[in-house]
Amino acid sequence: MKHYDAIIIGAGHNGLTNGAYLAKAGLDVLVVEKNDYIGGAAVSREMTDGYWYSSCSYVCSMMRQVIHRDLNLTRHGLMLVPYLGTAAFGKQGETMLSYTAEGPAYNEIRRISQHDADAMSRLMADLERYSTLIRKTLLRTPPDPTSFKPRDIMELLFLAKTFWEMGEEQLYEYIRFFTMSAAEFLEDYFENDFIKAAMATPGIIGTALGIYSPGSAYILLHHVMGDVDGNIGAWGLARGGMGAISNALAGALQEHGGEIKTKAGVDQIMVKDSKVKGVVLENGDELTSDIVVSNLDAKRTFTKVMDQKDLPPGIYEKANNFKIRGSSGKVNIALSGVPKFTGVPDNRYINRGGQAFIGGLETLERAYDCWKRGEWSSDPFIESVIPSAWDPTVAPAGNHWMSNFIQYCPPKLADGPWTPEKRDAFGQTVIDKIERHAPGFKDLIVHMEVRTPHEIENEVGLTEGNIFQGELTIDQLLFNRPFPGYAQYRMPVKNMYMCGSSTHPGGGVSSACGANAAREILIDLKKPNTVPEDDCYDD
Amino acid sequence: MTTKPSMKAFTEQVTELPPGLSPVDNYAGERLMTSPFHERQAALNLRDSWEAWNGYKFANHYYDVEYEYICIRNLCGTYDITPMQKYLIEGPDAEAMLNRMVTRDVNKLKVGRVTYCCWCTDEGRMIDDGTIFKLDEGRYMLTSGSPSNAWLRMAAFGFENVTYVDKTDDIGALSFQGPMTCEVLKKMGFEGIDTLKPFGIMHFPFAGDTIMISRTGFTGDLGYELWITADKGLELWDALYEAGADYGIQPYGEAATSMARLEAGFILPYVEFAESLKTVHFKHDQTPFELGLGWLVDFKKPHFSGRAALLEEKKRGPGYVLTKIEIEGNKPAEESHLYRDKACRKEIGWVTSAMWSPVVKSNIALAMIQPKYLSGDIWAEISYKKEMKPRWKIAKCTVVDKPFYTPARAKATPPPKF
Repeated sequence: MKHYDAIIIGAGHNGLTNGAYLAKAGLDVLVVEKNDYIGGAAVSREMTDGYWYSSCSYVCSMMRQVIHRDLNLTRHGLMLVPYLGTAAFGKQGETMLSYTAEGPAYNEIRRISQHDADAMSRLMADLERYSTLIRKTLLRTPPDPTSFKPRDIMELLFLAKTFWEMGEEQLYEYIRFFTMSAAEFLEDYFENDFIKAAMATPGIIGTALGIYSPGSAYILLHHVMGDVDGNIGAWGLARGGMGAISNALAGALQEHGGEIKTKAGVDQIMVKDSKVKGVVLENGDELTSDIVVSNLDAKRTFTKVMDQKDLPPGIYEKANNFKIRGSSGKVNIALSGVPKFTGVPDNRYINRGGQAFIGGLETLERAYDCWKRGEWSSDPFIESVIPSAWDPTVAPAGNHWMSNFIQYCPPKLADGPWTPEKRDAFGQTVIDKIERHAPGFKDLIVHMEVRTPHEIENEVGLTEGNIFQGELTIDQLLFNRPFPGYAQYRMPVKNMYMCGSSTHPGGGVSSACGANAAREILIDLKKPNTVPEDDCYDD
Repeated sequence: MTTKPSMKAFTEQVTELPPGLSPVDNYAGERLMTSPFHERQAALNLRDSWEAWNGYKFANHYYDVEYEYICIRNLCGTYDITPMQKYLIEGPDAEAMLNRMVTRDVNKLKVGRVTYCCWCTDEGRMIDDGTIFKLDEGRYMLTSGSPSNAWLRMAAFGFENVTYVDKTDDIGALSFQGPMTCEVLKKMGFEGIDTLKPFGIMHFPFAGDTIMISRTGFTGDLGYELWITADKGLELWDALYEAGADYGIQPYGEAATSMARLEAGFILPYVEFAESLKTVHFKHDQTPFELGLGWLVDFKKPHFSGRAALLEEKKRGPGYVLTKIEIEGNKPAEESHLYRDKACRKEIGWVTSAMWSPVVKSNIALAMIQPKYLSGDIWAEISYKKEMKPRWKIAKCTVVDKPFYTPARAKATPPPKF
């Protein structure tokens, strides 16, 4: 059997990014993937004739454009398409449309509340200020605050300087912001319940927190800090679905001589004398390598594919207690036409945007209450987008597919394990809610794929189906991610690294975790650092 | 002479004035002419963003510049090129006349084909660029960005058997660009359109008339240009937009065109070059060699306007050469000066157009640079503003040989489905 310089476990987008950079630096790289397709949660799958679902992640805004350029992802077939306007639906059937241009956008909010229309620009400025700071850290390895290495001290100084430049008053606000709930944060700005709810929803997406739970304000920021071509807060679709990102990264990996092996789930990371030796596949094959990089989440890495005996004391427990609660569901629906939403004009631009079925603040909090009880809400929050309205490659012409993300969906039900019947009942709840806002919607359905945390965990390998590979709360961010002392991608066993979203900067299709991990590996190998610095919008 | 359709639309505006105002439009003389597609385009121009081109009203953008740009790269869109000047040049001497006028060899052009060309003064300075369509033996259509009647008259001196007619106002023309264009044209029933090669021409019956479709464009992407009698313009628009509805068809304006053409490395008048006949100072216009269009100059031809001067220019080498560069960072280097050194002591050129390219995620530009400095370091001094505060930075530039974006579909016949 061939010996590799590095084996990467999991062909998700971060694993592929990591592999591409290692291969580009001249390493002999193999990415092993348990499924017979690559992409992990950034995947496009043809589930029914001619309809390509982005089965898991469905939009992107954090993809590091410098990586896109540096790895020639355009040449490998990637094209990101920003999408416009969202229609938000309230509990009384009220709507709020987000228009692209400033004037119409202002008028639309003014229609609901003059006060809130004025406040919106203040919120946007504040969010941009906060996100500017976070954005600067994305393609950087977090410093170890207890280390006295020159590099860590320099990085700490960089962070301190970045934060200090905000000014004293803003700094206090920022610290307060990190521990606030999304709803309380927005209380400072808005008076209208529907507007507050609409603006608060990014604070709960993917998270086992409610809009009133401390920490949800940061999640909100995590969802609005991305950009498409410098348009902060904009979201894009990948032409060909999210799998196009993984495919392009795989193209870059292969261009530099890296290999991918599918249907190769890892049973165990081999360790000898506190040093990794390679991996044992589920079929019993042993693959040896100098370096092993895990793109699995932290909990799975240390509690499933590593032997507790190979780990220093305490790591297993830390991994076991790593906060990675599942809270989201996904329903992908193939449609024979464009749904007609009540209260939304047949406007060619708004029809091409997304939909947010919200209700109000109480609807969101009640849905969270259901999750806590191990139930799903009969009135869940649904964030939808119809990618085929933008992307001619993912559905037959004139037909569409609709991506519906549902918050919340419990990983474990109060009344016993998930079954196909319960899964379908959950899906029914979702289409019932959409039908209330789009009469006739159900008649358009050609095919449906319902994914609860149970399916997401089984298919993608994300523990509990947590989309971020671990929650984005302050105790698990920056130098605390995944655990204090292990935030620099090196793991407690020699020559073992992590490169998934369990590491800084966390969830989202950004390629940042994979690239940062590659940089650390190259430093350890004393090779030139070929991982680029981030494009800076703030200079 | 019959009333031109576009002029008709322009006089009808009088009756649309609100009540209480004078029935006579005292501003009629200042209002721009409108194209045959204007009625539909005006309804979709939500931003009321209009400019003027050769006396016609035409859109800078309709909704959002970046959205329209992305439609060119992702779906399909129409750009009204009616104001582009169109001349029908006919007669036994037509070929010889064109061959004397333009720098490229028109003899080589076959019937049913289009060629890109430019024409120069006797001093070898560029007057304009455009395309020649060989419609039949002895029958050509010449297009140009600016009116060329006066130059055509001079170019025709000495040729007995050639006529040139300005057809600009009689032909409605739409540039239809993007990866889904071929699918849409197929859906409209233009059978065999998928076999049309780049720079080829086909004719189809349409609305009791004939539509000419050429596989040409100004975006570097898959695309076509549609040419029809002006009074059939709305019929063409409606048929095209009906067929294109499922393919995201969208009108786009000058701003999006300018983005796409820069990625393709194409030049614009009064951006990259100054039209020689309208230039005051003799150093302010350009030769084709300076603009990277040396490949358009065919010295195998015995004579053409500017030949002697261009031969000399070729021997001497141009003082500046239009060059494609990538610039570090993401601040577009608009109107930047270029230097050999980071301290900006030795100036070696300037940027003509610059933008952030959404499709290749790179900061790109076209620049005039002294050729002897092309192999060394190049630095751009970039001025920009951050919340009204002026800032500047010095950024490193890298010379790029190929166009910034060249999708394979642009050249593939038949084009791929997406």
